[in-house]
Amino acid sequence: MIQLADVSYGYGDADLFSGVSLDLQPGSFYFLTGPSGSGKTTLLKLCYMDLLATSGKTTFFGKDAREMERNDIAHARRRIGVVHQDCRFLDHLSMSDNVSLPLEVAGKPRDTENLAELLGWVGLSSRAHAHPPELSGGERQRAALARAVITAPDVIVADEPTGNVDWEMSERLLSLLVELNKMGKTVLIATHDLNLIRAAKAQVAVRVLRIRDRKVQEAGADL
Amino acid sequence: MPNPTTWDNRADRVVPPSGYTARLTQFTAGAMAFLTVFALALSLATGRLADRWSSELARSATVRISAPVEQMGIQSDAALKVLLATPGVSSARILSKAEQQSLLAPWFGPDLPLDALPIPALIEVVETSDGVDTAGLRLRLQAEAPGAVLDDHTRWRQPLVKAADRLRFLGVVAIVLIAAATASMITLAANSALAANGQVIQVLRLVGALDTFIARAFVRRFTLRAFWGALVGTILGVTAILALPGASTEGGFLTGLGFQGLHWLWPVLIPPLAGIVAFVATRVAAFKALKGIT
Ligand SMILES: Nc1ncnc2c1ncn2[C@@H]1O[C@H](COP(=O)(O)OP(=O)(O)OP(=O)(O)O)[C@@H](O)[C@H]1O
Ligand SMILES: [Mg+2]
Repeated sequence: MIQLADVSYGYGDADLFSGVSLDLQPGSFYFLTGPSGSGKTTLLKLCYMDLLATSGKTTFFGKDAREMERNDIAHARRRIGVVHQDCRFLDHLSMSDNVSLPLEVAGKPRDTENLAELLGWVGLSSRAHAHPPELSGGERQRAALARAVITAPDVIVADEPTGNVDWEMSERLLSLLVELNKMGKTVLIATHDLNLIRAAKAQVAVRVLRIRDRKVQEAGADL
Repeated sequence: MPNPTTWDNRADRVVPPSGYTARLTQFTAGAMAFLTVFALALSLATGRLADRWSSELARSATVRISAPVEQMGIQSDAALKVLLATPGVSSARILSKAEQQSLLAPWFGPDLPLDALPIPALIEVVETSDGVDTAGLRLRLQAEAPGAVLDDHTRWRQPLVKAADRLRFLGVVAIVLIAAATASMITLAANSALAANGQVIQVLRLVGALDTFIARAFVRRFTLRAFWGALVGTILGVTAILALPGASTEGGFLTGLGFQGLHWLWPVLIPPLAGIVAFVATRVAAFKALKGIT
């Protein structure tokens, strides 16, 4: 689905990480961990083409990122649902309009039943008409997750999707992602929350990646 | 007046309303359309004036006969005969001595002894609207009355017609400049709207919006605003022109400032053209701005 081959990235002169190779397999479930500031968000941004690698090769659905036109990038992004760490929305639209945005942008019809069910699942039914600035941090995260999955994309990339919600809600959101994974979707979650990883391990086969010493390693059974 | 931003459209809704810049665009387009109406009227009126001058002046001519005194009478009669037999000549007559005297008086005083001077005889010719074949007439006069010289006023008509033509050209230049200024202002307004919505554009790109989808929201908005603004400006401009004192035959240039017949189509074209200018300017600005956002 998404492949990074010997990729490095740095904001300034120094590389944040280098020689990273990653191959997101269809239907698999990944976690990405690492200390704060180690580059988890940066690595995810490479995975949805918000950033372009300074060196190495990134491939999206079989296409080399460097050869992709702006329209190719847009089409690839429609197959990747993203929960950003800072949960950016369009503040002039209601929360439900924001959740439906990927459909709107792709020119797909809005399925009100599906939308209502999804908002119910993330516990936001009563906040559908609120505008993003009126939502709490946790509500914003849940809305962002709903927006990421509304089109049932092939890949779901989530940056700390449970950072601001209680454990019960975390489990609920996780089970949504596990359901999608069981439908064959690829899931990549960056998190500090070891409990979340353990809870996921109990339900599906997960692979845990860890950023350490500017490299990405696959963590063993020690988690 | 309808508010274009409330018309529902998918792409339009995802960009927040840009009231201020859009209203400025509307005003600019309106003011520019108003000016264009006047530039157009000027251009068309000078065009008409040039046509009228050339046709009116063309309709009168003079034949001057310089010949030895004993030949004068014969040649004058011969020339007059030729003229009256020429198609396109509605009347021709020999000016009397008294008329000639009054023509020359401003230069030589009233007491000029015309009989004692070799003054040429003058024949005043009035043409029909069809005009006369001047070259043919000259040849025939040459044969019948060698001393006759046809003066069809081309010499002094030309500079007037030239001046009118130049004025018409300046009107066209003014219209082109107005269009260019409108395009520049709309580009500035569109750029400021695009810059103000940088966050929105980023979010749209991240959820997979095509550049055309995002650009459409801005382009549509500015095009409609420019169109409505220009429509209002055109209506006001045309009203102002209609309110000018009516054209009179001797009123000449200023009172002739208006639209006649098919020329009414020109002001009708202003609003759609303003829309097209806004469409192109915004589209170029939008795609340029989008290039900077992944
Ligand atoms: N736009 C930027 N310009 C410069 N430096 C940046 C930028 N974004 C992030 N960084 C730096 O890059 C490093 C990695 O940031 P990143 O956000 O990827 O870390 P993270 O692992 O997601 O951290 P956290 O767990 O706190 O979210 C940090 O040191 C950060 O300061
Ligand atoms: Mg982060």
